[in-house]
Amino acid sequence: MSLGPYASFIVWSYLLVALVVLILIGWIALDYRQQRARLRELEASGVTRRSGRGAADLS
Amino acid sequence: MTLIDLANPTRFLSLTAKILPWLAAATAILLAIGLYQSAMAPDDYQQGATVKIMFIHVPNAWLSMFVWGVMSLSALGTLVWRHPLADVSAKAAAPIGAAFTFLALVTGSLWGRPMWGTYWEWDARLTSVLILFLMYLGLIALWRAVEDPSRAARAAAVLTLVGAINIPIIKFSVDWWNTLHQPASVLRMGGSTLDKAFLIPLLVMAVAFSLLFITLHLAAMRNEILRRRVRALQMQQASQPRA
Repeated sequence: MSLGPYASFIVWSYLLVALVVLILIGWIALDYRQQRARLRELEASGVTRRSGRGAADLS
Repeated sequence: MTLIDLANPTRFLSLTAKILPWLAAATAILLAIGLYQSAMAPDDYQQGATVKIMFIHVPNAWLSMFVWGVMSLSALGTLVWRHPLADVSAKAAAPIGAAFTFLALVTGSLWGRPMWGTYWEWDARLTSVLILFLMYLGLIALWRAVEDPSRAARAAAVLTLVGAINIPIIKFSVDWWNTLHQPASVLRMGGSTLDKAFLIPLLVMAVAFSLLFITLHLAAMRNEILRRRVRALQMQQASQPRA
């Protein structure tokens, strides 16, 4: 597969899209871990939801 | 399960926990197929191999407008029906929409340099998409600036609906004004002007990126619900009398 004289423009486009998508996925995954950790800390300190259900419980 | 059941954040979290792995897998498979088809697509007789940039530029450009559409529906949900997940949906979608818009602008520039001879031109299509990107950033800043989520929700919903005026301007800018950007070639009256060799990879990539958006949006909504639970518990903790 030859990308011709403008190969660098094509490769940079795909690399940039891959990078931004990976950053988005990483940011969302990290945020999820942080929120779950905060909820567990709060529950461990004795604060509970009015419903009595675990705040970090997703099921 | 009916739509009204999803108004309950706990039910929503339960549902997303079940469907997110399947959505992520479907996105990865479709992206792999789309990337393979894009790599194997022939060169265009005018654009040469740079036509491959279109397979990522066009889905990002479509999604930049689609995400604002989703946010506009969510804004209606916030203002009219006061749906508990409407603001969560809009707030979670904004950074993803900003990322797609950024990618549409940059990949468009990287295509424009070899094809038009310039990275940027202040024509109606490019300028209106840049305005869309700035509106995404403005909305994200608004949510971050107002501490009370319910006050931020109303202000953001009004701003989102005002900003929705820009979506038809972007779509029809190439028809209303004489622009350097080419007119619509896929979503147009009379059908697509693209050959199947380009249309099929483009549509596969468009579906793959749409699935990517749905997956990321649901995951970000789940995070936002958990963030609001953290805030509620922290306020509860602060209001408890100390022993």
